[in-house]
Amino acid sequence: MTDATRAAVVARQPINPFDLLARYGTVIALVLLIVFNLIFTTNFATLQTLNVNLTQVCTIVIVAVGMTLVIATGGIDLSVGSLMAISGALAPMVFMSKLFPIGNIYLAVALAIIIAVGVATLLGLFNGWLIARFRIQPIIATLVLFIAGRGIAQVMTNGQLQTFKVPEFQFIGLGRVLGIPFQVIVMLVLVIIAAWVIRKTVFGRQILAIGGNEKASGLSGIAVKKVKLVVYAISGFCAGIAGLVVIAINSASDANLVGLGMELDAIAAVAVGGTLLSGGRASIIGTLLGALTIQLVRYTLLANGVPDSVAQVAQAVIIIAAVWVQQQGRNA
Amino acid sequence: MGEDLLLAMASVDKRFAGIPALIGASFEVRRGEVHALIGQNGAGKSTLIKVLTGYHKKDAGSVSFDGKPFEVASPQQAQASGISTIYQEINLVPYRSITENICLGREKRRFGLLDWGAMHAEAERLLARFNIKADVRRPVMEFSTATQQMVAIARAIGFDAKLVIMDEPTSSLDEREVGVLFDVIRQLKAEGVSVVFVSHKLDELYAVCDRVTIMRDGRTVRVAEISGIGKLDLVSSMLGREIARVEGHATAFTDRDPAKLGETLFAAEHLSAGSAVRDVSFSIRRGEITGFAGLLGAGRTETARLAFAADKRSGGSMTLGGVPYDPASPIDAIAAGLGFCTEDRKAEGIVPNMSVAENMMLALMPKLAKSGIIDEPRQRQIVEKFIKALSIKCSGPNQKIRELSGGNQQKVLLGRWLATEPRLLILDEPTRGIDVGAKGEIQALIKSLADDGLAVLMISSELEEVIEGADRVFVLREGLTVSEMSRAEASEDAVMAAMAEGNLEVAR
Repeated sequence: MTDATRAAVVARQPINPFDLLARYGTVIALVLLIVFNLIFTTNFATLQTLNVNLTQVCTIVIVAVGMTLVIATGGIDLSVGSLMAISGALAPMVFMSKLFPIGNIYLAVALAIIIAVGVATLLGLFNGWLIARFRIQPIIATLVLFIAGRGIAQVMTNGQLQTFKVPEFQFIGLGRVLGIPFQVIVMLVLVIIAAWVIRKTVFGRQILAIGGNEKASGLSGIAVKKVKLVVYAISGFCAGIAGLVVIAINSASDANLVGLGMELDAIAAVAVGGTLLSGGRASIIGTLLGALTIQLVRYTLLANGVPDSVAQVAQAVIIIAAVWVQQQGRNA
Repeated sequence: MGEDLLLAMASVDKRFAGIPALIGASFEVRRGEVHALIGQNGAGKSTLIKVLTGYHKKDAGSVSFDGKPFEVASPQQAQASGISTIYQEINLVPYRSITENICLGREKRRFGLLDWGAMHAEAERLLARFNIKADVRRPVMEFSTATQQMVAIARAIGFDAKLVIMDEPTSSLDEREVGVLFDVIRQLKAEGVSVVFVSHKLDELYAVCDRVTIMRDGRTVRVAEISGIGKLDLVSSMLGREIARVEGHATAFTDRDPAKLGETLFAAEHLSAGSAVRDVSFSIRRGEITGFAGLLGAGRTETARLAFAADKRSGGSMTLGGVPYDPASPIDAIAAGLGFCTEDRKAEGIVPNMSVAENMMLALMPKLAKSGIIDEPRQRQIVEKFIKALSIKCSGPNQKIRELSGGNQQKVLLGRWLATEPRLLILDEPTRGIDVGAKGEIQALIKSLADDGLAVLMISSELEEVIEGADRVFVLREGLTVSEMSRAEASEDAVMAAMAEGNLEVAR
């Protein structure tokens, strides 16, 4: 092809302002929020503010990373909040030796983490199995554990609040490495790995292909069922970790409350981050920024004396705006 | 004039985004006749019907119905004026009762409340006309497809339809049910209702229709009494052979040396699956282009999907390279060296949001990766090689595939399979929806691939493509292989004869 025709091909694609907005809207919103806060919110530019916001956003981001992968295949996972509750209920039972006696506290904590996260992963796999094997719509299939999961967590704990003081475990939520909260490190590691998987691996490419055109993917030799199984298992894994972070911060596990409403926060973060809810496109970094934006809006409103109920409405407006921008970008 | 016309459409034009779908098309239906409307995909049948029923607005032309000029803005209006359409996918509300479905939109009321008694009676009366007794209080989903179809027809009649359009009504019915449907059509005819019957199954047309209108490329090419036209004649009008013959060599395929063909690479014996593929046997040699000819619904695509394990076969066996070949999924088929370019590029081929490079590497990617990580430089190298070799017009490997023209998208998909270095490439309608220039390029490409030893199975509805391109032609009809012809034997007349009236008994 000559340079002239190449230029012609390129020139035929006019730049769509909504495309730019869809791509960089979240960054712009985030920058505006920070500028606003620097001017109007007292004590905003402090390390403490940063830490408060980061620790609060951590669990959302961790769950939203798994959710991004699920949504990229064209699915959705409503069960994440309930899986957090199960993971959060299981871990204390193990490290407080309620299930079986363990002498060494480090061993107990390690086992607690492995069992809690492992069970959450298996339950995620169960979601994937329902969806891949029986072709149940993801929203229905994951509704099963959304409803039953929290019930299971309550039955396991007899509905009792489990309180504990185990610094070896609570390092997950309260500890610091080089001054950085440990949970922030966990979050960043997950974000980096997921972003790398999406960009650089065959698995990532297959996730996007399935979300983009499932039939074509199957005919191109992609093991569609297997990929879906793994994606839902990853979502369960992420929810399991998030559940542990939450109970570690609170020094307590309440099956009623751990992860309550988390599925919606995570989906909102993914949507605001620019991942297509219909599948086929995924931005892990976008999800991170999306979660930060939502968090910062809430913080900004609360720090300036606006009640939480109003903050929730603001959150809804942001989501609507994000989805609207996405659609404009796609239709034009 | 003498004839009693119910519907007269004349010089109807319709364009979609500048591309003509109907060019001066005409269509006339007499009162109380059963009129067949036939044509290949894209001939304009559906557009014509949709213009008539108000789904599309015509650009030019006139329509008169029941002696008056006729202009409707929606299918609902058309229905109120006496034109009812029964689509392939039955448009009923599955969970509601037969009565509710039949009376939907014209409920009977008494004192402002629904008069269920009268409505049930009405539904029973309408069904009784077709000798169907069913509990009209049960939801329609509990009944057989045939009964559902009758309910749809009863619903149409209930609107006092003067004209009932049936779009491939028999595609989901078994033989006995088709018989019932034909009785209903004859009943309608006896009552003075006109029926437009769209179908690809020629035998059915002869069984039930009075006249036939044949469309091709948006034009009405022929109107005839069905008793006065042979099947072969019907097919040749549909395919437009008289015109193409004048043009001489219509494709970019050139003659090939039969001596170059290798030994048999792939053979399928007695494949079957459902009602679409009943008994199909064929084989392909190395370096050979094998063509599948047949009318729509003959089972060509379905057979190809069985070979690629995209669908499960219920019977038959296959060999590849002399050893038994029994793939469980497309993954196995690809590993065995098959590639499959599907007929529906948009639904089953491209991943629209992905780039040219990502689309092209979809099938090869797992092989190209080192422990699951994509080998970007190697991938880029291969993609650039194929963009050049297939002369794909794009701004670069990173351009989104949906921004490319149909022909270039098809080349990317060809590249997707060629990159896997297949032994057998299945091409289902490789040049459909592609402009003339790109079409020639793709045909030349297929030939050169075969010259290099690739075995190709090519399915095409364009007769000249199969006849000029294929070294051997298998003709399918109603799920059976009815004929196998060498290049020398595969004349247009011979292939069309087999497509239209190939002996189904001999094949079994």
